[in-house]
Amino acid sequence: MALLQISEPGLSAAPHQHRLAIGIDLGTTNSLVATVRNGISLVLNDEHGRALLPSVVRYLADGAVQVGDAAQAVQSEDPVNTIVSVKRFMGRGLNDVGDVANLPYRFVDSPGMLQLRTIAGVKSPVEVSAEILKVLRDRAEQSLGGELVGAVITVPAYFDDAQRQATKDAARLAGLNVLRLLNEPTAAAIAYGLDNASEGIYAVYDLGGGTFDISILKLAKGVFEVLATNGDSALGGDDFDHRLYCWLLEKNRLSALGAHDTRALLTRARAAKEELTDRVETRITAVLGSGEMIDTAVTQEDFHAMTQNLVARTLQPMRRALRDAGLSVDEIKGVVMVGGSTRMPQVQRAVADFFKQVPLTNLDPDKVVALGAAIQANVLAGNRSEDDWLLLDVCPLSLGIETMGGLTEKIIPRNSTIPTARAQEFTTFKDGQTAMSVHVVQGERELVSDCRSLARFDLRGIPPMVAGSARIRVTYQIDADGLLSVSAREQSCGVEAHIVVKPSYGLSDAEITRMLQESHGHARDDMQARALREQQVEASQLLEAVVNALEQDGQSLLSADERAGIAAAMDELRARLQDGDHLVIKRAVGQLNDATVGFAQRRMDKSVSHALTGHKISELDN
Amino acid sequence: MSSIGSDFQQDFFRLFDLPLCFQLDTALLEQHYRALQVQFHPDKFSHLPEAEQRLSMQWSTRINEGYQTLRKPLNRARYLLALRGVDTQEETNTAMPLDFLMAQMEWREDIAAARQAKDDAALDGLADKLRQQTRSLEQQLGHLLDDEQDYLAAAGIVRKLKFFEKLAEEIASAFDELDH
Ligand SMILES: Nc1ncnc2c1ncn2[C@@H]1O[C@H](COP(=O)(O)OP(=O)(O)OP(=O)(O)O)[C@@H](O)[C@H]1O
Ligand SMILES: [Mg+2]
Repeated sequence: MALLQISEPGLSAAPHQHRLAIGIDLGTTNSLVATVRNGISLVLNDEHGRALLPSVVRYLADGAVQVGDAAQAVQSEDPVNTIVSVKRFMGRGLNDVGDVANLPYRFVDSPGMLQLRTIAGVKSPVEVSAEILKVLRDRAEQSLGGELVGAVITVPAYFDDAQRQATKDAARLAGLNVLRLLNEPTAAAIAYGLDNASEGIYAVYDLGGGTFDISILKLAKGVFEVLATNGDSALGGDDFDHRLYCWLLEKNRLSALGAHDTRALLTRARAAKEELTDRVETRITAVLGSGEMIDTAVTQEDFHAMTQNLVARTLQPMRRALRDAGLSVDEIKGVVMVGGSTRMPQVQRAVADFFKQVPLTNLDPDKVVALGAAIQANVLAGNRSEDDWLLLDVCPLSLGIETMGGLTEKIIPRNSTIPTARAQEFTTFKDGQTAMSVHVVQGERELVSDCRSLARFDLRGIPPMVAGSARIRVTYQIDADGLLSVSAREQSCGVEAHIVVKPSYGLSDAEITRMLQESHGHARDDMQARALREQQVEASQLLEAVVNALEQDGQSLLSADERAGIAAAMDELRARLQDGDHLVIKRAVGQLNDATVGFAQRRMDKSVSHALTGHKISELDN
Repeated sequence: MSSIGSDFQQDFFRLFDLPLCFQLDTALLEQHYRALQVQFHPDKFSHLPEAEQRLSMQWSTRINEGYQTLRKPLNRARYLLALRGVDTQEETNTAMPLDFLMAQMEWREDIAAARQAKDDAALDGLADKLRQQTRSLEQQLGHLLDDEQDYLAAAGIVRKLKFFEKLAEEIASAFDELDH
């Protein structure tokens, strides 16, 4: 079809340098980094040849931080300062986390997101996650030998806005330019689909250490279209460990244990769980702090019985996803298994029974998410491959606002293809009213109190008018990362107030800067140098894009004056590029961006008319 | 300042280059939808300057909105009628035929009973029946809009379909409840 052959706006005509981009699977249990080299997606190993980085962070008294295997090795000795499965706390308050009593941490309740008190001070889950990301970033920079233009970070598809925002903040804190947040099952589908050149409707079942996702995708002619997704962002292998741990306490008539014993037994439980994947029986042995000896046999049958309802909990989201996609089980061509917990035989059996087919396990369930993220990062960085493809993803949860009586009114239904937006008009209900408040929530339930609160904001500065005559248009936009932003404008009597609301739990730029300054392990000037390099990379990218755009459309779409204006901003940026100050460069980048806004718009309009002309041609062809 | 150019205001039928009518070729719609997203999706702009990224998000959002509008028959009919300047009066005109209202009561009772009994087979049956009746109304719509150009009668069908849409939502939420 002719339409597909029209060149895309800003697509550089000249072959450019390969841009270094990475995909990161930031997992509850394990994290990985991958990249595309010579057209092939591969996982980057550490200096010992290990691909998986355990998502474990230990804080030491002197402010040093251990991440990965070193931290994991001592988790039972220093449980309070060694944070495992921090992903479960991302964007979560204390009352969201079930069973805090059985976790060996010193929690600090704080608005929006809980925090953890460690020997090195109070840490937010965002900071802990950033430590993991930094290690992967360093690994990638060392192995690729250059400056990264950016990273795709994966998140569970069922993550809500708070959890996504927290992940993005963690990446920024780790000094990464986030190209996109990508849903984990979608990443797996990309790696799988491109590998197998498959067409049809597939289900991806992803049960990891802390989260469960199910996604239904349609793969056709180079487009990955997510039809529906569902899941449980607090269900994973950790819960199976925990079930076994509680069973163990009961069996041995133990009551609440101290932090050391808890961590030690949880670790034993996890090992036993993994053994029971290949064996019908195993033993759990441990010596408690009190000197008491534990030695308990557990059979596969026991384990399956005690975890039966955890497996059953994954069936409900599967039914919902199918229903939302308007599909029946026999329309699913294949089921892709992702995540370490899908190795458990009872899980494989349940999935096979549900979909009436044997799930596909020909991909390494540990690596497939990172591989897919790297492929997406490569495309987003502008390294185009010949086989052009597109990903269309959805938002997992409905977006609503609070109406009278604490009820929700849905404004964007779950499984809407993103980016998506919805505008709503409000009016005042009192004479002279100059402010009103809006409460945005996410979730499927009717009562506001059963949904997650995303943002409460006030619209102020409404010109005083008779009740019912103000017209305030509020727009809710969900971007391609699945993140919400809200803007509002008052549009009667020509006054246009424009505000952008950011949900309250997101970090501001100032907070990120403060955390960066406080963060250990990076000397101040090291940070400065990094910021400078990053600004320089961004500036060169921008210059390259503008040069390309001018080459293509500068003559036809701009007047001589306009061209001169853009040229001046470019000269300014080029002159500043060698300045040692990243803030100066940042300002010049901003100026060039501003100078090209109108040009960008005209180019976009032009390509839209081209797209339409393309349709015309395609119809003549038919 | 509005950052959107003139083409942004064109109607969805033109955007997707489809004839302005109710009975449309859904395969062609999907094909054109995908072709447009391949060109304008934010993923194609992420290495470009901010201004272009923002414009692509706005266009991609609009293409999604257009697709949802044209793909779903009820939305499509509403949209067509709005383009023709016909108000469907979904909020204001509540004068429905008596037999239709009676049938509605029955639907409500059946759904409530199935919900109470947590009977998913019954819900499945109701969903099927609702789909059939919806389809038959949609056929009438096609006839009224494209052949007869009887927009007032079409608006009447839209109002009925709106009731059906509510019923479908009720069934969906009953299904959701089963899972809790
Ligand atoms: N052989 C096995 N049998 C049972 N469980 C296993 C086995 N191997 C790994 N697991 C479990 O898989 C989980 C880790 O899987 P994975 O690395 O996919 O999770 P993750 O990506 O870190 O988590 P998430 O995707 O939920 O954020 C752990 O709970 C681990 O115990
Ligand atoms: Mg995972």
